[in-house]
Amino acid sequence: MTDLAIAANRLRKSYGDNTVLDGVDLAVPEGTIFSLLGPNGAGKTTAVKILSTLITADAGEMRVGGQDLATDPQAVRAAIGVTGQFSAVDGLITGEENMLLMADLHHLSKREGRQVAAELLERFDLTEAAKKPASTYSGGMKRRLDIAMTLVGNPRIIFLDEPTTGLDPRSRHNMWQIIRELVTGGVTVFLTTQYLEEADELADRIAVLNDGKIAAQGTAEELKRLIPGGHVRLRFTDPAAYQSAASALREASRDDESLALQIPSDGSQRELRSILDWLDSAGIEADELTVHTPDLDDVFFALTGGAVVPTQNNQPKETAR
Amino acid sequence: MSTPSTPSTALAPARPTRFSLAVRDSSTMLRRNLLHARRYPSLTLNLLLTPIMLLLLFVYIFGDTMSAGIGGGGPDRSVYIAYIVPGLLLMTIGSTTIGTAVSVSNDMTEGIIARFRTMAIHRGSVIIGHVIGSVLQAIISVVLVGAVAVAIGFRSTDATVLEWLAAFGLLVLFAMALTWIAVGMGLSSPNAEAASNNAMPLILLPLLSSAFVPIDAMPGWFQPVAEYQPFTPAIETLRGLLLGSDIGHNGWLAVTWCLGLAVLGYFWSTAKFDADPK
Repeated sequence: MTDLAIAANRLRKSYGDNTVLDGVDLAVPEGTIFSLLGPNGAGKTTAVKILSTLITADAGEMRVGGQDLATDPQAVRAAIGVTGQFSAVDGLITGEENMLLMADLHHLSKREGRQVAAELLERFDLTEAAKKPASTYSGGMKRRLDIAMTLVGNPRIIFLDEPTTGLDPRSRHNMWQIIRELVTGGVTVFLTTQYLEEADELADRIAVLNDGKIAAQGTAEELKRLIPGGHVRLRFTDPAAYQSAASALREASRDDESLALQIPSDGSQRELRSILDWLDSAGIEADELTVHTPDLDDVFFALTGGAVVPTQNNQPKETAR
Repeated sequence: MSTPSTPSTALAPARPTRFSLAVRDSSTMLRRNLLHARRYPSLTLNLLLTPIMLLLLFVYIFGDTMSAGIGGGGPDRSVYIAYIVPGLLLMTIGSTTIGTAVSVSNDMTEGIIARFRTMAIHRGSVIIGHVIGSVLQAIISVVLVGAVAVAIGFRSTDATVLEWLAAFGLLVLFAMALTWIAVGMGLSSPNAEAASNNAMPLILLPLLSSAFVPIDAMPGWFQPVAEYQPFTPAIETLRGLLLGSDIGHNGWLAVTWCLGLAVLGYFWSTAKFDADPK
């Protein structure tokens, strides 16, 4: 697990005066799902295009699948599969012909090619539509065909650029299931998304890309702890107990109506223990204790500087949880 | 779970040599392009219609007047048929290669091209597939237009088998040259409309050649342009081979033009394709 499937050091790319990627560092261990999260125009797609050999970087050292991108892009290509943001299927020919085209380009024999194509079409529920032109497929079907084509070569590293953008909820959940299955087979997945929920749901590690720079990197939990807003909430049923607790805990913010106190906390085990110890020694016993960590929305808005949106919008969400 | 679905042999073969990779991948791409052409033949058929219409128009509508102008004597339709067929065969090639520029330009906007670029396939195979496919289509079109010409009375006067072969070879060479140029035009054009406009010279040039009227009948200042542009030497060479007229310096001029355009188009196209896509 210590081997890196993807490693990038000080990756830079600009178009004229417009700097798209400004010194990006990435490290993705083998067999994990890594999500590059960011608003539109943050540079996610550019990063994928560079790492998948589609375009060249201006500067930076990059290794994908252990191969140097600059010196041996062809070796990188042999290890990767790419499903781009815009469907990479040939709309003029049928789904099956698309699959056989991939089999031919991976130099499988006729028999093997037909077998692999049939298996993957079956697996992605496309057997019925196999003889129809891909241009007649729905968005979800095109995306499934796209991934099926990517899998023909049995790639060890798969780039998925916004794989669920524009899909309905059911297709999105199907896609998530597909992505999870890929990783259980040992494949490394590099995923870009603008949906926080998606990164939270799938990724082992998340990097937040904003304005060409990595604003933060870590697991979803680590990221959530990065920003303030987490708290421990103590709720009481007895008003007297509430009053005594409130006077003992001066730093807590009061919510007299629901008899609840909120103590700021990053939600870590260490802090939680010290809060509990403190409550014990003060003789306070709450009827209900809940830990609230900020969700990725909070993190995202805080890191990407979406100035107006955060607090008000997220309040109801937090209480709903 | 993804392991059983893919045969282990997919990884087994060592990296094939560059040449065998090029041949194999290019023929895969060729099959793809021929599949496109077979599924959606309307573009090819449209472009094929132009030379056939022109052939019938010039022979049956303008034929009497035009032949009187050329032969010097009375109207003789068969003389004029013989005169314009070589030019129309080459015009057919120009016309079908407009289709090449359009379909290359269209194809480059397809997501699948980005996929090809990220696969460990021979880099040039995408373009080579287009070129071979287009040359084949051009040759089929030439044969069809030639068949129409024969049907309405075109006869080659005492051309030997060798001359027929040379004529055919010239047509193939000419098709290859124009196709490479058309592929470059297609790759340089942002969309299909622009590609179609940029490729217009390929069908306008034959009108400014000796295809329909002799160079002598054109204004003096224009004659050098008409005489040395790529179509005229090729037309004159074809006439010489099929009808026994004097070829002169036109033979090597035609071959030089073809090779020059093919090489130019090749480097133009590969440079365009190798550049980072936008």
